[in-house]
Amino acid sequence: MRVVLQGVSVWGPGLSGWSHAARVLRGQESWEPAPVQVPPAACLPANERRRCGPLTRLAIALADEACAQAEVRLEDVRGVFASSNGDGAVVDGILSALTTPGGEVSPTQFHNSVHNAAAGYWTIGHAILSPVVALGSYDWSFAQGLLKAAAECVVENAPVLFVAYDLPIPGPIGKVRVTRNTFGCAFVLLPQAGQNAICTLDITHTAKTMTYDEVSSPQLAELARTNPAAGGLALLQRIASVQAGAVHLASQPGTIRVEVLPC
Amino acid sequence: MKPLAITAGTVLSAIGQGLAATQDALQARRSGLTPCDFAGITTGYVGRVPQVENHTLEGVHPGFSCRNNQLADMACAQPDFLHAVADARQFYGPERVAVVLGTSTSGILSAEEAYRTSDPVTGFPPSTFDQSHTQDMFSLPRFVAARLGLEGPLLSVSNACASSSRAFVDARHWLEAGLCDAVVVGGADSLCRMTLRGFASLGLISDTPTRPCDVERSGISVGEGAGFALLEREGARPAAVPMARWVGYGVSSDGHHMSSPDPLARGAVAAMREALVRAGLEAEQIDYINLHGTGTVVNDAMEDHAVQSLFGSAVPCSSTKGWTGHTLGASGIIEAMFAIVMMRAGFVPGCLNVDRVDPTFKSQILTDTLNKPVRRVMSNAFGFGGTNCSLIFEAM
Repeated sequence: MRVVLQGVSVWGPGLSGWSHAARVLRGQESWEPAPVQVPPAACLPANERRRCGPLTRLAIALADEACAQAEVRLEDVRGVFASSNGDGAVVDGILSALTTPGGEVSPTQFHNSVHNAAAGYWTIGHAILSPVVALGSYDWSFAQGLLKAAAECVVENAPVLFVAYDLPIPGPIGKVRVTRNTFGCAFVLLPQAGQNAICTLDITHTAKTMTYDEVSSPQLAELARTNPAAGGLALLQRIASVQAGAVHLASQPGTIRVEVLPC
Repeated sequence: MKPLAITAGTVLSAIGQGLAATQDALQARRSGLTPCDFAGITTGYVGRVPQVENHTLEGVHPGFSCRNNQLADMACAQPDFLHAVADARQFYGPERVAVVLGTSTSGILSAEEAYRTSDPVTGFPPSTFDQSHTQDMFSLPRFVAARLGLEGPLLSVSNACASSSRAFVDARHWLEAGLCDAVVVGGADSLCRMTLRGFASLGLISDTPTRPCDVERSGISVGEGAGFALLEREGARPAAVPMARWVGYGVSSDGHHMSSPDPLARGAVAAMREALVRAGLEAEQIDYINLHGTGTVVNDAMEDHAVQSLFGSAVPCSSTKGWTGHTLGASGIIEAMFAIVMMRAGFVPGCLNVDRVDPTFKSQILTDTLNKPVRRVMSNAFGFGGTNCSLIFEAM
């Protein structure tokens, strides 16, 4: 499958938006991890902004930056939102409430607990009817999501916004499902090259053997290992390098190979 | 769209296991709803599948054991379905059969149990809690692939109550992109405290068995269930005998509110209209619409508005939630299997538990069985987050 990357975003510790992250990934700036300061979800009305949490704000910041760069009409873009953990804070809040006498849960928390909450807020914020799917694929969330987004782009012959995003989970689940950082990235994929295209991505999947490439900096490789959405860092580094080459991503099962060719 | 063949299918809900038991209950108008008595919760009624908690998994990683995977396993255990999947695996190779499944809450009941016995000092859950094989969203397709010996790419779709309907669309994208030759598509959702308490907190649990489309409807009955279909390109595997064809779909968002449908139904109308366009069909060529029909005041009113704006009162419609309860993310695949049962047997069931259809409704709401040939069924699913999916199935 060949798709064109028209917009990209990254937010993570010491990675503040694409232009900054690209400089770090190219080695032009040193990586200085600091708490992530995600821009506010300006698209949401004040009451909805109050109801949504940091995971939704992260997803919307990523989606907004990638779409602005791609200069696509939001009502034309199909969404693929991938998160392993979903909104762990909301789920922890509900599971904790269920252990209290009476076990009553908050209605706002309940409707925010659906895995497609961030995707839903994105469509609400922009008042768009575009379809959005929410995926969860554990450690392979970035790879499975990219495979899905590229297939949708090619088969529907339409722009696709792919957002991968994960946060640490509080409470007992977070003790065993350890995610250390806030991280997310987003791509806008087009079926054909437009003006200002970044690169083409030629994506193939083999189910037989699993191989993967690591991001070159050991510190960033650690980030890639401890946040499912950061599983795409090696690919992001290749894109930032503006050099042609192939990147392998661990899939379930097998390997996704992405051949990057700068435009 | 180029139609895809459904070459096998299976279903499990409170009304029975497998297609034959399901047809029997639908035709006999026998509901599976019983007063709720689950995990100490006694609000309203539920569509509970008997013996799930006593069902054991065999031949897979023991960590997969949880109510959701046990339901999925019980649904899989139909000889016709297992034979068809084995034939497809043999014909295409196991790595060419993908697994794309919808679930809203996966094995969250296991996390609920873990929270009750977490260490108050360290905060750790008990060592018996296997998060990745139970509560995690990816648990379901990993389990089903292991259960069926499939090695193609896996996907979990979690679009709330439209999850397993939307999974058909994602399965098609992988098939048509050439990433696989067949897909086990479907999903499972199981009873848990979170959904029972959560819908209660929103005031959406009916005290009586749910009565979709009734003027006095007052909410949902939560149900559980699972279902799977084998999806392939038409004619690709000569020995396959298709049960039905999948000919159209539409997907959309409301862009309106997290848990209330858009009263103007713009998203629902867009999904249904797109499904007709993709199928190349006019509204009058649909023989029956299986409504999402949850039994809440706002969903049923919104859906009636949407249906009548496209179909007028020409097409018979009903909800089957009175049989199964609202099986949330599993409702799409369960009702897809119901559509196949209806097309094969030649009947459509009217809504259960209706004394008086809401007089403001303008679509043709059925309240009793109508025996007639059924060539095409539209099946709707809508979910929190404002997610809509409409599928069209056609008889062979």
